[in-house]
Amino acid sequence: MRKIINEPENIIDEMMEGFISAHARHYEKHPEVNGVISKHRRKGKVALVIGGGSGHEPMFSGFVGKGLADAAACGNIFASPDPNTIYETAKAVNSGEGVLFVYGCYAGDNLNFDMGEEFLNDEGISTAHVRVWDDVVSAPKERLEDRRGIAGDVFVVKVAGAACDAGLSLEETVRVTEKARDHTYSIGIATQPGQLPGLDKPIFELGEGEIEYGMGLHGEPGIKRTTMRPADELVEILYQNLMEEAEINAGDEVCVLVNSLGSTTLLELSIVYRKVGELLTRDNIRVYDSDLNHYCTSQEMGGFSITLMKLDEELKEYYNAPCYSPYYAKEEAQK
Amino acid sequence: MIDKLDPKQVKEMLIYTADKVIEQKPYLTEIDSAIGDGDHGIGMAGGMLKAKAKLKNQEYESVYDVFADAGKAMLMSMGGASGVIFGSLYLAGAKGMEPKRELTAADLTVMMRRSLEAIKERGKAQPGDKTMVDALEPAVLVMESAHAQGLPETLRAAETAAKQGMEDTKNYVAKFGRAKSLMERAVGYQDAGATSVWLIFQGMREYVEGK
Repeated sequence: MRKIINEPENIIDEMMEGFISAHARHYEKHPEVNGVISKHRRKGKVALVIGGGSGHEPMFSGFVGKGLADAAACGNIFASPDPNTIYETAKAVNSGEGVLFVYGCYAGDNLNFDMGEEFLNDEGISTAHVRVWDDVVSAPKERLEDRRGIAGDVFVVKVAGAACDAGLSLEETVRVTEKARDHTYSIGIATQPGQLPGLDKPIFELGEGEIEYGMGLHGEPGIKRTTMRPADELVEILYQNLMEEAEINAGDEVCVLVNSLGSTTLLELSIVYRKVGELLTRDNIRVYDSDLNHYCTSQEMGGFSITLMKLDEELKEYYNAPCYSPYYAKEEAQK
Repeated sequence: MIDKLDPKQVKEMLIYTADKVIEQKPYLTEIDSAIGDGDHGIGMAGGMLKAKAKLKNQEYESVYDVFADAGKAMLMSMGGASGVIFGSLYLAGAKGMEPKRELTAADLTVMMRRSLEAIKERGKAQPGDKTMVDALEPAVLVMESAHAQGLPETLRAAETAAKQGMEDTKNYVAKFGRAKSLMERAVGYQDAGATSVWLIFQGMREYVEGK
């Protein structure tokens, strides 16, 4: 895979520079660390800080914006940001009401964000965190906290952003964000590996014509490796596995995200959604809103994930709140 | 052969060790690529470069300050699980120690024990979880019985135990990180973090032996 880069060791710095200057209207960079900060952040509310390894763009930096995160702490490729980056980024956007962190549940992120929080707490800044663990095949139900965060980040960050924007207390933003997290379920499929810029080998290997159900964003093995099938068959198997884990029943209302892992196109995502919608209708689950996009990627990895967030009145209200970033926006909802 | 280290020698030893890890970046990458996501070598080499840069132009009064500064530089720059864990390897044991102008085998042993406990506490890893603890814990245990025999002998024993611990990780199923989801498919491969622990003890041993 040919990567459009200069020197591999400068990838993150150069990406930051370009990303910030392209979006100078919305973003500024923390002067010392790799933190993307919203220029339009409001004071007098809980600050929402998200973050994680780079390489999954537009997650996380592209989810900084109005009604979304106030800042994102960005790590190296596929590696959590260090505690200082987290601390400095959060400190820059804290306005006295405390800081809520939302990030994917991975060993490295958990360790670094915990330490970043300790530094903030030492200075008397209140903090809390919600770890996203939507990938239903990454661990059994009994070990929820071992599950990984994937594209479900999108819905959880959306709701968290709205809850913070509504002026809720830190405690209340945690309750609402945890509810969004606990109502969000995802499953993915990989059709082709991605490659880290600067390394000459793909992250994982898939044989010619092979696919893997449930594979993670960093090539973490999934539940089953098999041969390529038509889209409808892939979706049926994924949907079945997802619904076995998700607590979603007939009569429920959901938001749907079909997310490309990188190289899978909107054309394909549309074909996937066609079948997802059909299965949801069959099961008498109402689609409140749906989204087809490249939000949580792994370089040019092939494949997609399906995310469902079960709604209740409260989540619907926060989901409907308008928000804007150059990569994610919600208008005033059409009633 | 050196039996006690002054702050300047501790600094030289850590720089020597850093160079050793940096040199082994491709090897660590290869090991991590088998069951992790291949970034351990990049992370360790990056952290060691920062540690070197921090130590290079500093003069130290206490041997513990050298370790603490190196650890802090790693912790504050690397990111990923290894940033916190390997930063703590140098920092956690040295933090809060009474300043000292020389480091004996007994001092290093106490420091490493404190680091081990902090790492286990923070990372929630136990021996057998296929992590760096599998190399560090046996190394600390042998240091505790060998330190009366002086620094070179203590570090020789630590390196041997760390290496054995690293080899033993081949038999384990991973409980953390990205190898966790591989379950029994990770068996047969050694843990990259345990490999780094071995390299670090090897670096220290070579320095005190004057190699």
